[in-house]
Amino acid sequence: MKFLVAIILTALLAFVAGLFLPWWGIAIAAFLVALVINQGGGPAWVSGFLGVFLLWGGLAFWVSMKNQDLLAGKVATVLPLGGNVILLILVTGFIGGLVAGFAAMSGSYLRSRTRRQ
Amino acid sequence: MRIAPFIISTFLTVILVFALDKSWPIGGKRLPALGKFLSPQQGIWQNAEPKEYDFSRDLRFPELKGKVEVYFDERLVPHVFAENDEDLYFVQGYLHARFRLWQMEFQTMAAAGRISEIFGNNEIFINYDKETRRLGMVYAAKNAVKEMESNPISKSGCDAYTAGVNAYINSLNYASLPIEYKLLDYKPEPWSNFKIALFLKQMSRTLAGSENDLAFTNMKSVFDFNELMILNPQVADSLEPIVPKGTAFDPPGINPIQPATADSLYFNKKDSLALNEISKPHPSNGSNNWAIAGKKSLSGSPILCNDPHLELTFPSIWYEMQLSAPGINVYGATFPGSPSVIIGFNDSIAFGFTNAQRDVKDYYEIRFKDDSRREYWFNGKWEKTQLREEKIRVKEGRIILDTVAYTRFGPVIYDIRFSPEAAGNRSIAVRWTAHDPSNEGLMWFYLNRAKNYTDYYNAIKHFTCPGQNMIFASKQGDIALWQQAKFPARWKGQGLFVMPGEDSSYIWQGFIPQVENPHVINPERGFIASANQRPVDSTYSYFIPGNYNTTRGITISKRLAELPRVSIKDMMALQNDYFNRIASEVVPVLLKNIDESKVAVGQKYLGMLRSWDFQAGPASTAQTVFSAWWDSLKVFVWKDEFDRIHANKYLPDTRTLVEALIRDTAFKYIDDINTTARESLRDAVTIAFSRALPNLQKAEQVGALEWAKYKNPTIFHILKTVTGFARDGLPVGGDGNMVNAITKSHGPSWRMIVHLTPLTEAYGIYPGGQSGNPGSRYYDNFVDHWTKGEYFRLWMMKRSDAMDKKVKWIMKFSKS
Repeated sequence: MKFLVAIILTALLAFVAGLFLPWWGIAIAAFLVALVINQGGGPAWVSGFLGVFLLWGGLAFWVSMKNQDLLAGKVATVLPLGGNVILLILVTGFIGGLVAGFAAMSGSYLRSRTRRQ
Repeated sequence: MRIAPFIISTFLTVILVFALDKSWPIGGKRLPALGKFLSPQQGIWQNAEPKEYDFSRDLRFPELKGKVEVYFDERLVPHVFAENDEDLYFVQGYLHARFRLWQMEFQTMAAAGRISEIFGNNEIFINYDKETRRLGMVYAAKNAVKEMESNPISKSGCDAYTAGVNAYINSLNYASLPIEYKLLDYKPEPWSNFKIALFLKQMSRTLAGSENDLAFTNMKSVFDFNELMILNPQVADSLEPIVPKGTAFDPPGINPIQPATADSLYFNKKDSLALNEISKPHPSNGSNNWAIAGKKSLSGSPILCNDPHLELTFPSIWYEMQLSAPGINVYGATFPGSPSVIIGFNDSIAFGFTNAQRDVKDYYEIRFKDDSRREYWFNGKWEKTQLREEKIRVKEGRIILDTVAYTRFGPVIYDIRFSPEAAGNRSIAVRWTAHDPSNEGLMWFYLNRAKNYTDYYNAIKHFTCPGQNMIFASKQGDIALWQQAKFPARWKGQGLFVMPGEDSSYIWQGFIPQVENPHVINPERGFIASANQRPVDSTYSYFIPGNYNTTRGITISKRLAELPRVSIKDMMALQNDYFNRIASEVVPVLLKNIDESKVAVGQKYLGMLRSWDFQAGPASTAQTVFSAWWDSLKVFVWKDEFDRIHANKYLPDTRTLVEALIRDTAFKYIDDINTTARESLRDAVTIAFSRALPNLQKAEQVGALEWAKYKNPTIFHILKTVTGFARDGLPVGGDGNMVNAITKSHGPSWRMIVHLTPLTEAYGIYPGGQSGNPGSRYYDNFVDHWTKGEYFRLWMMKRSDAMDKKVKWIMKFSKS
């Protein structure tokens, strides 16, 4: 349950951060959520990762659908991902998730340290 | 204790964020800053324009004086209605930036020799920047902006335009940046009037820089002057000049005198310049335009047609607009980067351009006192140079300094510092009319508002470089063309080769008086046509070398002469004409001379040529066969002679060989001088064909014998390496010598036909789209229509049409 809540909260907070902060606001979001929700480092990493993976992947999917994959198809040849739009969306989610995962892990470790003191 | 893991994971997070916030060079290419780049709320996904995107806006700016309405039609063409000129140009600047910011900034960065700031540490780009600065592009633009800002009309128009561009730039954040900035990880800088000047100078570089002085100088070491004139004739036998043959010219207003030393120091001086020439404009730049008088048109009203052949790029160099304010209502193709409509029409007249191809750039050999280049020998004493320090600020790296010496001729492009490869420390300065102070933009200001021939003629006098054939037609019934620019008056042979620069004797003695520029006004035959050919026959009073194209002009003139009464359909057909005149002249000679017994396997290809109608459409295989054979023959004929020259070669124009073969089958250059035998035309065409055969067989094996597949016409994004933004394999035929001059990379970049009926009937199309955003459906939506030779009806909107169903979006601008 905690795990699920962490994922959803991370996604929500990361979305809000995206409205006001540069892209790395996702790290702050994931960090804060992990600071609040008590999880071990491992689960925190996964929930941070999944929260932003789902947010970024989902947003990218939504934006691309409205664009009929016009741009994603082109960018996916520039990167190069063989023009594969789904792959570009997955890479997008993965990059965001990766940053959020480690940020969440930091949050979790910081929380366990503060609690002990 | 959780401190260690905390530090480690925090460290990892920070490293990740840092690494993904920055673009990285990876083997020649750059990996974008992936975090920023892929963020759906800020990165490239923000450039993915929804299919049903709403372009309408309500915008307020303190710079505006009144209200401006912009109505976008279904092709995203803006129809701008302003209450005064300043607001009009403010909004033009704003819209150019809104839809084309990246290209306009990039092109001006290129014009200023600053692309290493964008691309980073790469010798190719650094060298391009050096070349650009040594050519004096920045110097030229500085001279131009001074002139521009000293004229109150130009200044207020340019100031407003610049303010409009900057209003848009200031509204941007990372999310709304054009995608190219995200790819290359940089930001736009403020726009300025100087950048407008740079943009226009870039046109001079493209269109007034095709001289071959260095190559000709080296040819002199192998060929005598007579031979040079045979290889590069000033007047082709078959020339159809713009000014009809037989027109009488006034006696010259200026008589340039050949210096006494010309034979010894210039014509007969054997020389060899072993230096790397700076990059030159692509030879496929060119254009067609023609105007039909009312007496020759089906409707009785004049018709004006224009199709400039430039490099086909995404985004296109053109952006379509209507500009309307009290005193002006003009429609046509605009240059993002400059105010005004460049090729178009208003309610009274239409105007267009082709390139004059005239040589306005000469070279002088400079003798410096020493390597400091502070002084050079001139008229018997040491004269001081002006040294200008150029700073190339390479992205993420060093600053490269280059000092360029300026002489009374102009900048010294080649010297010990830039061309260490040149034996004997040669130093060569350039004299180029593009450096002279001028205000080209003013011409368009007046042309956009011109009502009749007099207005047109007064407008074009403001234009000095690059030389253009300025075609004109009016509802009053006049048609006219002036070849306009500031052209040096040369003595015969002046400026073909590098000239001695140690005294004033080889300096330009003056300019051809403007009234003596080639022109045609309401000719008897009822039409005027230009297609980059030499403008006049040999009776013209001046020596006017240039890089002319003879063939297209013949096709157009002949076709127009044949047509009894011209319809709009005829004009569309002519602009899309695939007739290969060169092939029609040469193929009979080739087929007559080939020794078929030696090329038995090629029979099938020869068969294609025998039954060919000389139409080089996309599916033509005969065109491919001809092209391969002809290219091979040119190599056979010229390579042996030109191999004797070791640097800066320039092979004779195709026309030279065409006319030689028609005139004289024993043309002396046919012989391969490297063999003891004397090759005849029969040997040459047979050997050339057998050498072309493997290419044809290879093409056939991969299913690419059809002309469009063989040449693979491609519209690249301006960033050539970003092939994902390009469109290749376009199903189009043609070639540079045909009216529909589509080569692999160049072609009709804006086809326009204006029928000057009481209510103007106009058509146009360009291979691109109004939006510069690869994520927009308006990025390339004209391309498929363009390849089919279709046109859009151009809508000169009236303010009262605001409710018309063609209006899809409205942008309202007002004072804040």
